[in-house]
Amino acid sequence: MGLLTELRDSISRVTDRLFSASEPKRIGIYGPPNAGKTTLANRIARDWTGDAVGPESHIPHETRRARRKENVTIERNGRTVTIDVVDTPGVTTKVDYNEFLEHDMEKDDAIRRSREATEGVAEAMHWLREDVDGVIYVLDSSTDPFTQVNTMLIGIIESQDLPVLILANKVDLEDSNIQRIANAFPQHETIPLSALEGDNMDEVYDKIAEYFG
Amino acid sequence: MPEATPNTDGVQIDLISGARMDGLRSMEKIRLILDTVRDGNIVILEEGLSPDEESKLIEVTMNEISPDEFNGIEIETYPRSQTGDKSFLGRLMGKEETKKLTVIGPANQIETLHKDENLISALVSRR
Ligand SMILES: Nc1nc2c(ncn2[C@@H]2O[C@H](COP(=O)(O)OP(=O)(O)OP(=O)(O)O)[C@@H](O)[C@H]2O)c(=O)[nH]1
Ligand SMILES: [Mg+2]
Repeated sequence: MGLLTELRDSISRVTDRLFSASEPKRIGIYGPPNAGKTTLANRIARDWTGDAVGPESHIPHETRRARRKENVTIERNGRTVTIDVVDTPGVTTKVDYNEFLEHDMEKDDAIRRSREATEGVAEAMHWLREDVDGVIYVLDSSTDPFTQVNTMLIGIIESQDLPVLILANKVDLEDSNIQRIANAFPQHETIPLSALEGDNMDEVYDKIAEYFG
Repeated sequence: MPEATPNTDGVQIDLISGARMDGLRSMEKIRLILDTVRDGNIVILEEGLSPDEESKLIEVTMNEISPDEFNGIEIETYPRSQTGDKSFLGRLMGKEETKKLTVIGPANQIETLHKDENLISALVSRR
């Protein structure tokens, strides 16, 4: 056995021991398209690790593959929690490539984007059933939260007994209505924020530590 | 009843009883729904799906979407009743509260006009 292999073995044994005690919890960021999931994931990753997760865009289905940022350690009141942040594609029950054509996209690109989006949503649903330890559910507080996708997803999350934090994002917008979200999901705590402006992130981190620590 | 002949002038609506669905496995239910919807028909389920089945329905729907052929589904149920801790006992007994009327149709033919706790109003168009 070569020195390198031995070294690799002993390193992996050490890391095994380090992580087996408290494997980071895998926290999925879910929500409808365009809610600001990636903006939030990037902010969390930048605040605590220095780099970003993925591109943000006003065009729906910007995120078409779940992207993971591992070992994000958040320090809160002397306590630290380490989580893997998984940014997922916005969940929907339909994708029509023609909608992307309105965003000045060529047909080929639009079809590719829609195919990637459907694969990504399928994957995100699968993950939600199998591989997620907690959920951050992001909603755009300037839009109606009473949608079928929200109702179904919150139901799916509840049926799995996953801890879930509901974030009312985009409070910087004039049409933002936090109470409407609180009313839609009274069984959960709703935390207002602006992922874009960074408003109220302290409370968001407090709650992440409390719920997923 | 006569053999169902696809009628291009109208929209077929299938009301599926809870008893009929009870006899099926999850994937059989999803297959039945998607086959019906992909034929351009509307499905109304007397008792709806469990959260797990809804999750699989979304996943399978996504896998079947293809450009210019199938855009996915529109699905509507009444919002889950928001009364406190949603029957812990019921869940313990494996009885999820899923008995909610559910309407499912092809996304390009059905549009929800209004929805609240007590009423779902949808517009169905021909192919
Ligand atoms: N005003 C405002 N805009 C925001 C906020 N957060 C995100 N946005 C904007 O909303 C748009 C969508 O943001 P993303 O982070 O890409 O949304 P997403 O939920 O990841 O979207 P998908 O990946 O397509 O599902 C972008 O134009 C963001 O700049 C916010 O707090 N306030
Ligand atoms: Mg995104």
